Amino acid sequence: MNRTHFKEGFRDGIPIGLGYFAVSFTFGMMAVAGGMKIGPAVLISATNLTSAGQFAGLDIIFGDGTYWEMVLTQLIINLRYSLMSFSLAQKLDDGGNPFHRFAVAFGVTDEIFGVSAARPGRLSPYYNYGAMSIAIPGWVLGTLCGAISGNLLPAMIMSALSVAIYGMFLAIIIPPAKSDRTVLAVVLAAMLGSSAFYYVPLLRRVSSGMVIIIVTILVAGVAAYVKPIEDTAG
Amino acid sequence: MVHNLYIHIIVMAVVTYLIRMLPLVLLKKEITSPFVRSFLYYVPFACLAAMTFPAIIYAPDLLVAGIAGFAVALVLSYLEQSLIVVALAACAAVFVAERLTSLF
Repeated sequence: MNRTHFKEGFRDGIPIGLGYFAVSFTFGMMAVAGGMKIGPAVLISATNLTSAGQFAGLDIIFGDGTYWEMVLTQLIINLRYSLMSFSLAQKLDDGGNPFHRFAVAFGVTDEIFGVSAARPGRLSPYYNYGAMSIAIPGWVLGTLCGAISGNLLPAMIMSALSVAIYGMFLAIIIPPAKSDRTVLAVVLAAMLGSSAFYYVPLLRRVSSGMVIIIVTILVAGVAAYVKPIEDTAG
Repeated sequence: MVHNLYIHIIVMAVVTYLIRMLPLVLLKKEITSPFVRSFLYYVPFACLAAMTFPAIIYAPDLLVAGIAGFAVALVLSYLEQSLIVVALAACAAVFVAERLTSLF
């Protein structure tokens, strides 16, 4: 049973790992270009496992920012993870072993959250371990390769891989939106909302991490108020 | 640099982990409020949709390629293809669109 969950997680983790490789490759390149050694660049990826947060962290390190600045920036950019963890907290079946919650927490990324939230019923931690077992090496190896070579993957491949994760997100949200009109409305409203933050001059100043938090809370909140779901067992 | 690189890295890692860990560990009691349950049900859809658009069209080097990738991913996910199929097809669409554009 655990094996099956692990395998399924691993399978869904393959496109995540691929996408991560491309993104963290860029991270590795930028870190070294800014004067960081390969070791700390890889260490950051291995301990943080977050794209936007790491790029922002680099800026602070290179700009010799304070530790408090680092705390605040990470908090704002990564706060969306707490929303995801909040959602997974209800879904995760830890079988009475709290260790699973501490371990699954390390791998709560946009993408792993995306695939695990889409699992029907309760969530086995082994599914997350499966996804993490390929996503984390993808992230760390990408950083290492980017840091070492600076030019291992041609730009055209990097550009193509950049949409992999978004393609996955669409594959997760579109099928349920076909049969549930409220989900469809939620998807459209969220896309419209984040577009507003992208195109409206004043709103553009809001950081991308904050945009996701604001749009998610607003859209999911309104949807829950207007159209509460019928009670389902998980 | 005045600040130590490794302290910065530890600060980053600890803050990021706490953000992810605290809700998972502290909020495991089942929530009964219909509003909160509904809210949590809609969170993944709102969150993933907000992250995807418009980011997907600006992710590749060329905007046309981003739009092509978005269109292909939309159609294939509407046809309920698996995650990896949709992801790889979107990448292929971007690649083809950028190669085609470079011919002109």
